[in-house]
Amino acid sequence: MSTIVLPDAQPLPAGPVKKAWSPWQKWGLILLTPYILVFVVFVVYPVGYGLWLARHPASYEHLLEDPIFLRSVLNTLAFLIIGINVKMVIALVLSGFFVQARTWIKWLSLLFILPWAVPSIPTILSFRFMLNPEWGIINSLIFRYTGMDGPNWLNDPILALAIAMLVHIWKSLPFWTLILIAGRLAIPAEHYEAASVDGATSWQKFRFITWPSMRTLYLTCTILSMIWTLGDFNSVYLLTGGGPADLTHVLATLGIRYLRLDQVDLSMAAIVVALPAVLPLVYFMMKRLSR
Amino acid sequence: MNWRTVSTEAKLLLIGIPVLIWTMLPIYHLVLFAISPKESALGGQLWPDHPTLQNFRIVFSEQHHYLDHFWLQMWNSLIIAVAVGVLTLVVATGAAFAISRLKVRGGRTMMNLALFTYFIPAAFLAVPMYKTMGVYGLLNNQWSLILAMVTIAAPYSIWVLKQASDKLPLELDEAAKMDGASPLQLFRLVYLPLMTPSLVAVGTYALLLAWNEYLYAFLLLSRDTQITLGVALGNFLAADDSPWELLMTTGLIYALPPAAIYYAFKRYMVGGLTAGAVKS
Repeated sequence: MSTIVLPDAQPLPAGPVKKAWSPWQKWGLILLTPYILVFVVFVVYPVGYGLWLARHPASYEHLLEDPIFLRSVLNTLAFLIIGINVKMVIALVLSGFFVQARTWIKWLSLLFILPWAVPSIPTILSFRFMLNPEWGIINSLIFRYTGMDGPNWLNDPILALAIAMLVHIWKSLPFWTLILIAGRLAIPAEHYEAASVDGATSWQKFRFITWPSMRTLYLTCTILSMIWTLGDFNSVYLLTGGGPADLTHVLATLGIRYLRLDQVDLSMAAIVVALPAVLPLVYFMMKRLSR
Repeated sequence: MNWRTVSTEAKLLLIGIPVLIWTMLPIYHLVLFAISPKESALGGQLWPDHPTLQNFRIVFSEQHHYLDHFWLQMWNSLIIAVAVGVLTLVVATGAAFAISRLKVRGGRTMMNLALFTYFIPAAFLAVPMYKTMGVYGLLNNQWSLILAMVTIAAPYSIWVLKQASDKLPLELDEAAKMDGASPLQLFRLVYLPLMTPSLVAVGTYALLLAWNEYLYAFLLLSRDTQITLGVALGNFLAADDSPWELLMTTGLIYALPPAAIYYAFKRYMVGGLTAGAVKS
């Protein structure tokens, strides 16, 4: 991966093949050059440099000795396995809801997209203030109606991680719902009409028409969402900062934590350790999309 | 209305109402703080007794030491987002045209490499990108953030544009060639006009991505006069004595432009950005 060859980007040697460099090929190369430059300067070089920084076996020994690393791996797995699957199931259900033809559902869908369109930081801050144990609105309401103090939400690592997952779901649910809506709309309406004539229940329609046509899309979305969620820094960092006691870090925030502690080699090693899990998923996605 | 329709509507409402509450909860909370005097927002009220725009006045006139550079930081966010939008369009349109219409040799490989970048989690590239910008001497220079965001936005943009471009009939190019058009004329007179909706979608996508970015902005820029409004909000939070109502008001102001832009260009965005995904 560190040596990426740029095929055919060099002018071919003069001679019989020279004729192939028609103005079309020449202009093609000129127009492609800006992206090739961006790619070489800001992808190939950083990736190579990163791998070079992660070359010492000692970094990996340190990493494995760090209890925070192991905790982060478990948190990341929980985030991916629980968070993403809950999110995708909800997105699948909601895509069925939003394709219903009602004016009010159309208006609701306009609001529903907001979390995805607005930046993370203000809304995560809003969640964070809501959950403040002393002044947050949630505990204020709990106190007002029950007379008891509410929990210290973000001070319990399990609860805090669960809330980080909820924040992640809040933010990215609209995007995946939108994709699955598009998938549902691509199913020909006649299939459903024919099924209705045959007296199919809505579960049977889902089971035998919707699911078979959406299965591949659903799987693709789940995998893509898992890959991207590995890079979700905001939901954890802005909500908990990795605390309490560094127990809610995920790989994305751990890399930045090591960077802040001036341990760049550990930071890169943590990413390299995740690559064997990530690269097959990336390969799968590329296979799907480059067809 | 018979019993069956009533029950269907009830079921829909049973989903719709929780969805509405869930979606609007943090946003409503943000608005609530922004229009409440400090004491009432912290008292756990669901609507202030005396709604006020005082917080907005304080933010707009920079009357708090956290807000000293509010307008400058807003400007930074804007200029960076616009630069990323424009540069991404230039880079991605050229690449998509070269790959899809001119069939440049190696174009397919380049497309795959771009897709590969797209699928690498952004946080994984953040640390190497930060170190690299240090090597290039661009840290604390807004160009570092602009170029990093172009790098992140370009792959998907190229892919979306290539998908749209592949759908244009091949006869167009042949007709243009027949008439003796140069590749550049084909690009300018045929390709760009036909691709306008996708170009709008991609430009908006890159612009919003850059405006909303936190991680890269926070790593690459640090001086108060250079940072974006998002990073300023994060710094605000790190302080113990932050005035919540001003933080929330600033957050609301920061969230409004992308929401407005999204709604303004919604018809381009949804079609343009989801079309490719469904194909697979």
